[in-house]
Amino acid sequence: MSNIKYILGSFGDPDEMMHGIEKLQENNIKIHDVYTPIPIHGIEAKLGVKRSRLDSAAVCFGITGPMTMLSFVYYAAAWDWPVNIGGKPHFALPDFIPITFELTILFCAFGLVGSYYASTHLFPGRAPRVMDLRATDDRFIIAIDAKENAEHSKIDGLLKDAGALEVKYNERKYISYE
Amino acid sequence: MSGHNESILREPLITGNNITYAKITDDILTPVENKPNKAWWIGFIVSALGALLWVVAVSYTFWNGIGAWGLNKTVGWAWDITGFVWWVGIGHAGTLISAVLLLFRQNWRNSINRSAEAMTIFAVICAATYVVSHMGRPWLAYWVLPLPNQFGSLWVNFNSPLVWDMFAISTYFSVSLLFWYTGLLPDIATIRDRAVGVKRKVYTILSFGWTGNVKTWQRFEAVSLILAGISTPLVLSVHTIVSMDFATSVIPGWHTTIFPPYFVAGAIFSGFAMVLTLLLVARKVLGLENYITMFHIESMNKIIILTGSIVGVAYLTEFFIAWYSGSEYEQYAFINRSTGPYWWAYWMMMTCNVISPQLLWFKKIRTSIPATWILSIVVNIGMWFERFVIIVTSLHRDYIPSSWAMFYPTWVDVSVFVGSIGLFFTLFLLFLRVLPSIAIAEVKLLLKSASEQAKLELIKDGHLEKEQVKEYVESLEKFDSVKQEEYAKI
Repeated sequence: MSNIKYILGSFGDPDEMMHGIEKLQENNIKIHDVYTPIPIHGIEAKLGVKRSRLDSAAVCFGITGPMTMLSFVYYAAAWDWPVNIGGKPHFALPDFIPITFELTILFCAFGLVGSYYASTHLFPGRAPRVMDLRATDDRFIIAIDAKENAEHSKIDGLLKDAGALEVKYNERKYISYE
Repeated sequence: MSGHNESILREPLITGNNITYAKITDDILTPVENKPNKAWWIGFIVSALGALLWVVAVSYTFWNGIGAWGLNKTVGWAWDITGFVWWVGIGHAGTLISAVLLLFRQNWRNSINRSAEAMTIFAVICAATYVVSHMGRPWLAYWVLPLPNQFGSLWVNFNSPLVWDMFAISTYFSVSLLFWYTGLLPDIATIRDRAVGVKRKVYTILSFGWTGNVKTWQRFEAVSLILAGISTPLVLSVHTIVSMDFATSVIPGWHTTIFPPYFVAGAIFSGFAMVLTLLLVARKVLGLENYITMFHIESMNKIIILTGSIVGVAYLTEFFIAWYSGSEYEQYAFINRSTGPYWWAYWMMMTCNVISPQLLWFKKIRTSIPATWILSIVVNIGMWFERFVIIVTSLHRDYIPSSWAMFYPTWVDVSVFVGSIGLFFTLFLLFLRVLPSIAIAEVKLLLKSASEQAKLELIKDGHLEKEQVKEYVESLEKFDSVKQEEYAKI
């Protein structure tokens, strides 16, 4: 057929968009992705996006904090250069709780946000792979791969029935490269 | 969000009747996408002059050493550490709003968290400059870090609260920055997709390639929640550790176990006051009355009464414990605080922090914008005096009466402090121009459930109980952004 790459259903309302997803799925039309200006609750279950494992990552990164701090303080204060302060213990654990805690938070936060950026491919200067410029403003976009799903007029009808304000046919995958 | 209706008894978080997703974007981005107005320029010039004063005063201090300040042998810590604690305290409200209120699912945080977090970052920058400039030899600032060195290697003293504080403040600053910036990504993408030319290129780099697809949003929410979960104990720990700078010493008046909770409450108290000082002006000048509503103002005032009262109880408890301890030095420190040569500072603190915030129990006062604004400034003055009182009155009369002294600030002390306020406002005003002052995506999330227009629809549907509707309409009377005529018809 033509060189249409993606069909975009542009909705003005999140509930109508959810309805559109249901309609498409009932008709076995595969959805490429959905772009929205706000997080939509419950959409991940519908589209089969797996539960995030970032919480486990946060725990793992968090644990590295106290391990680093306690071993470093032991090395610095009790082994490398022990200072006798009134005969008090060199490795005075209660004194090291605050800094150990701070390092736990620091490692956890940086590890977590780093994994988030890595897993969702966010980094400074990355070319934004935008299909519709209004997806960050006021439109809720359902993107459908036009090559995989050949019945374009049917998709058009389904989207409009569900309340799409506009159906676009993009010949380029990402318009932001223009 | 959508799919269910919010109780009519809850007051709306977005007012106005023709609000759409597009209008929210337009309203919030107005200051970012247009040339600044006169009010902004006046504010910016005044603040920038203040920041210039700060540069002069800090450079003077660096050149001449801290002998330029009014410190003496007895009072070795005064305006510097007062300013530091004041700024760190102000910073706390941002994290409280973004983290603690998120954990408690307080949706009203959505329209104030962004600017409060920005305020946190700028306040911590101001605080950090005090730390560096009071070192006397700031080029050796890296000595506070546990770096291998040529002295042995003699490490920093990990038993010292000042070292803990270095860890706490730097962790706090960097984690707040991460939290703030990650939350900004969707909004920066909004600016990017509306901009053209160079502006688009800049915001493209800043937006990290955000597109708003399903997976990114889902992970975004998980990250926000976990960051909120770890920032909550962090914010409590930071001011706890700041208070330990004093509490772990043996100076009467400092050596008290009540300091950590009392400092944390005071920090939240002063932080919310500063948020109000800034946002009451910003909402007017930027025309954001529909998003930062009377409900937000009243809620913040309620937090101010609560934390102000906690601080008041702490003042009285300190006094009681000083008497109850039977330690004459402790008793003298407190008697001297309230009746000695610095009595005026003590009573200034008492009036501003304990007595005047009690006025907010009156609904008329806490829903009045001018009264709230004045009280928020009064609280900030009071909290500055609190730190001054704790620090200077505990030091100025030590164990030997022959070394008793008073503290008199020099022009450098005053300029560093006034200048840091200028720096803070300069940064805040620049922030208003380049980044959205309200979290656009988070406010849009409220539109379908918690807005005035959504509730009006519910009323018009007519399935609600009459008393509840009546109560709701009455609760709208205090809103300055709601048109009452709409409801007269119903």
